[in-house]
Amino acid sequence: MTGATFWLTLVAMGLITYGIRLSMILLLGRIAMPAAAQRSLRLVPPAVLSALIVPELLRPAGALDISPGNPRLLAGLIAAAVAWRTKNALLTIGVGMAALWILQAVL
Amino acid sequence: MRASTPSSEFFAGVKAELPILLGVAPFGMIYGALAMTAGLPALTAQAMSSIVFAGSAQFIAVQLIANGAPGLVLLLTTFVVNIRHMLYSASVAPYLTGLRPGWKWLLAYLLTDEAYAVAILHYQQTDSDMHRGDAKNAEDCAETSAYLRAEPTVSPCHRATLSRCRHWYLLGAGLALWTIWQMCTAIGITLGAAVPPGWALDFALPLTFIALLAPVLKDRPAGVAAFAAGAVALIGAGWPYKLGLVAAALTGIAAGAWADQRARGAAAAQGNA
Repeated sequence: MTGATFWLTLVAMGLITYGIRLSMILLLGRIAMPAAAQRSLRLVPPAVLSALIVPELLRPAGALDISPGNPRLLAGLIAAAVAWRTKNALLTIGVGMAALWILQAVL
Repeated sequence: MRASTPSSEFFAGVKAELPILLGVAPFGMIYGALAMTAGLPALTAQAMSSIVFAGSAQFIAVQLIANGAPGLVLLLTTFVVNIRHMLYSASVAPYLTGLRPGWKWLLAYLLTDEAYAVAILHYQQTDSDMHRGDAKNAEDCAETSAYLRAEPTVSPCHRATLSRCRHWYLLGAGLALWTIWQMCTAIGITLGAAVPPGWALDFALPLTFIALLAPVLKDRPAGVAAFAAGAVALIGAGWPYKLGLVAAALTGIAAGAWADQRARGAAAAQGNA
């Protein structure tokens, strides 16, 4: 791609991304959503967060690894326990990182 | 609970975003370094971080450019990789109605995975505060007061949402992430990835998501949604263009909605008995 085409492509990529992010924010201000759909929106955070977390813990190197030799899985489980008990984000991240470093050194 | 002001909401958003930045920073540097390896001019690599501002899409775009893919492929890929943001857009939309268009356009630009995750948690948690009757502490917010005057039929809860300036929270979280992303891109371009991989700082990202997930798992439908989405994400982790993540999110939402329907059906049947 030459310079001008390249910049045009870049701007178009930006517009596509921006359009997607803006779409529902603009649309839902104008049309009312069915009640069932509105209730389903509440499920977006748990679904998306879980989908982001699970592969990071169970497929850290790109292949399924449910063994005790997987430090990211163990550290993640420890962090999950801390998150569940304390609901404290900083503590969860601190304990999780420390656990990972220790497990990486030991395993 | 104290009444919120624009600046208190803004800085609360920045503060909530801080732990995530720890995990995002190495990614920004790796992106900058990869873009240089792929032969992108420094200015283009930096411009992509500010014009597109979407980590996964940028990584894939750099790969495609290095392989000499045509522009149309880049555009289609960008669309598919970022389509998940439509879910975020729909999810925050109810909290942004009544804002002036300028606010909506600005916040849409900042609506990344990481800013969305902290903001929606804050919104859902302050929602439950309001249902407990804290709404009377709300202060009027300059940005929304005109809308509230013009729309006398707005429900009390929605009125409280708007008057509490919570859009400033998303602005704070989004701007904090934006700033770090631009800075770390620049560092990656000039110095390469400056953080040793052995530090495993990228792990801060899933850890933050774990911290955000715990408080939203408050009922059975949410748990079902998380479980189904996690299972599908595991199966689809190897699929191209983040399609596994999109499939996982949609399956999770559908499964959670099904559990919700069942629970409502059971509650209604009990009510009739």
